[in-house]
Amino acid sequence: MSKTSTPAETPLLQVSNLTRIFDVSKPWLNRVVEREPKQFLRAVDNVSFEIRKGETLALVGESGSGKSTVAKMLVGLLDPSEGTILFDGQPMIMNSSERMMELRKRFQMIFQSPYASLNPRWKVADIIAEPMIVLGVEKDSAKIEARVDDLLGLVGLSAADGSKFPHEFSGGQRQRIAIARALSSSPEFIVCDEPTSALDVSVQAQILNLMRDLQDQLGLTYLFISHDLSVVRHMANRIGVLYLGALVEIADSKELFKAPQHPYTRMLLDAVPDLEMTGRQRKEVEGEIPNPINPPSGCTFHPRCPFANDRCKREVPLWTQTRTGVAACHGVEEGRIPSAEMA
Amino acid sequence: MEAVSNFLASDLFYRFRKSPVAVIAFIVTALLVLSALFAPWIAPQNPFDPGSLNLMNGFSQPGVPNQFTGETFMLGTDDQGRDVFSTILYGLRISLFVGFSAVMFAMVLGSVLGLIAGYTGGRTDTIIMRIADIQLTFPAILVALLIFGIAKGITPPSYRNEVAIWVLILAIGLSDWVQFARVVRGATLVERNKEYVQAAKLIGRKPMAIMLKHILPNTLGPVLVIATISLALAIIAEATLSFLGVGAPPTQPSLGTLIRIGQGFLFSGEYWILLYPAVTLLALALSVNLLGDWLRDALNPKLK
Repeated sequence: MSKTSTPAETPLLQVSNLTRIFDVSKPWLNRVVEREPKQFLRAVDNVSFEIRKGETLALVGESGSGKSTVAKMLVGLLDPSEGTILFDGQPMIMNSSERMMELRKRFQMIFQSPYASLNPRWKVADIIAEPMIVLGVEKDSAKIEARVDDLLGLVGLSAADGSKFPHEFSGGQRQRIAIARALSSSPEFIVCDEPTSALDVSVQAQILNLMRDLQDQLGLTYLFISHDLSVVRHMANRIGVLYLGALVEIADSKELFKAPQHPYTRMLLDAVPDLEMTGRQRKEVEGEIPNPINPPSGCTFHPRCPFANDRCKREVPLWTQTRTGVAACHGVEEGRIPSAEMA
Repeated sequence: MEAVSNFLASDLFYRFRKSPVAVIAFIVTALLVLSALFAPWIAPQNPFDPGSLNLMNGFSQPGVPNQFTGETFMLGTDDQGRDVFSTILYGLRISLFVGFSAVMFAMVLGSVLGLIAGYTGGRTDTIIMRIADIQLTFPAILVALLIFGIAKGITPPSYRNEVAIWVLILAIGLSDWVQFARVVRGATLVERNKEYVQAAKLIGRKPMAIMLKHILPNTLGPVLVIATISLALAIIAEATLSFLGVGAPPTQPSLGTLIRIGQGFLFSGEYWILLYPAVTLLALALSVNLLGDWLRDALNPKLK
């Protein structure tokens, strides 16, 4: 576990040994005819982390690394196969009990596509009001209306926009509406699943700045999921790197960019385009993420790792304390990987 | 008022104006529906009221004064002296009522089952859709005849004429729900994975609320198109059943019943008893069908 957390304060979110297995078998009849066994996919494998109040933890990784699956499990859209999630010390068991409905007020999610995340048949004001009505945060209709207007103002839209339909807005404006909806039930914790990846670059910065301002204003805690390292650098206090469903490194954001420990983190950072023209040689990311149905033995990264040896092929690496955080790598543990200070 | 001006400025209305076929089909449909609605005020006589009939008027030729009574009937009369024009208006009422109600019934039943099948998935989905598949292997008329036969068997004879219309609606509706279920299920499968549905799940909304408030409104476009096309089919199905003698009773004749009555006089020369109801049925079914076709094209994003 990350040693950077202070033991005095309980973290807002404690995730331990979170695992999600998907059944990807063919239909029963096909299996019988083709004599194939059932097939399972470990989309998320033994992931543990903590998020402290007010901080932003980013999860990064390639497509298929299990980022979104983690996000969905945290907000109850998917049930974990194994592992526990503690929200402010309380277990998240996704049923419709009184306690859980109370807990649901405290977390929200911002989705990837602002085009699919707003119901096209609903007016914007109704979309924003839904969480507070359903969760019973506000019951008086005049107060609901006033709060919707406030929220629209908070995300940089006007109160008159409430009576429009989503298709009358641009992608960036729609994402603002989605943010307003997420804030509607006054949550403390927001899961952001690639909130800017569907937007134009010019609009991305606006949305990211809005999210940071809101964090300062409202004291929000974010779990920020992205594949875009430049976005993550802008947003995160701490970064977790996912590879094939497993966390391979967690470190403070600045440290991670300065001195990445795990070879996979290095590979990702080496591939970031260098706008400052420092003359640093960019290296392409080599190879592809392996098939998670049949993952490589030992350290799942070994087929792509330039430092892999026999031990990496045999043994699954455990967490080791590093200079900057924690990493799961035999090479780091043995100290045989040359340190790579980034510019 | 705003809704009206919005509609007049909409893309759909523009397409409608630019399509002469749609405009004509709409006018014909509207005329037929209006004349059915206002039949008691338009029709010269009430063909259901035996007191207003005069047997001496039987077999009057269209537009020619009757040889005994001297009365003139625009579209002639049948053997009982019923004015064909009036029977058509009242028959149109029954045909449209049965057609509309049957489609409504099929639409509600099919949409609900399709929504549940698509949203729940798994075994429920399999069971509902296999029933639908099995039903599709029987011709709709056969299914309707079967239901009609069962209903006739279990109702006492004295009520038969009263319940005949409702049995007809039930029979046609039950033979027509499958396509609604299939379309709504397909649309539901697409919608249920969209993020707005996840956002609703996240705040703990119950499946029923998600289905009705979030998913259903987004499946209504294709349902509307099918409903229009089904209306034409339902009217024809009603006419077919009535023509076969299992539909609307002679005391409450629909267009199909009128055609059945009329075909008996075809060879003896009283062609009008058959011809005018048949032409009305043709005009109704054709115009509703053309409207449905146009609506399908106009709402299809791929053809824009």
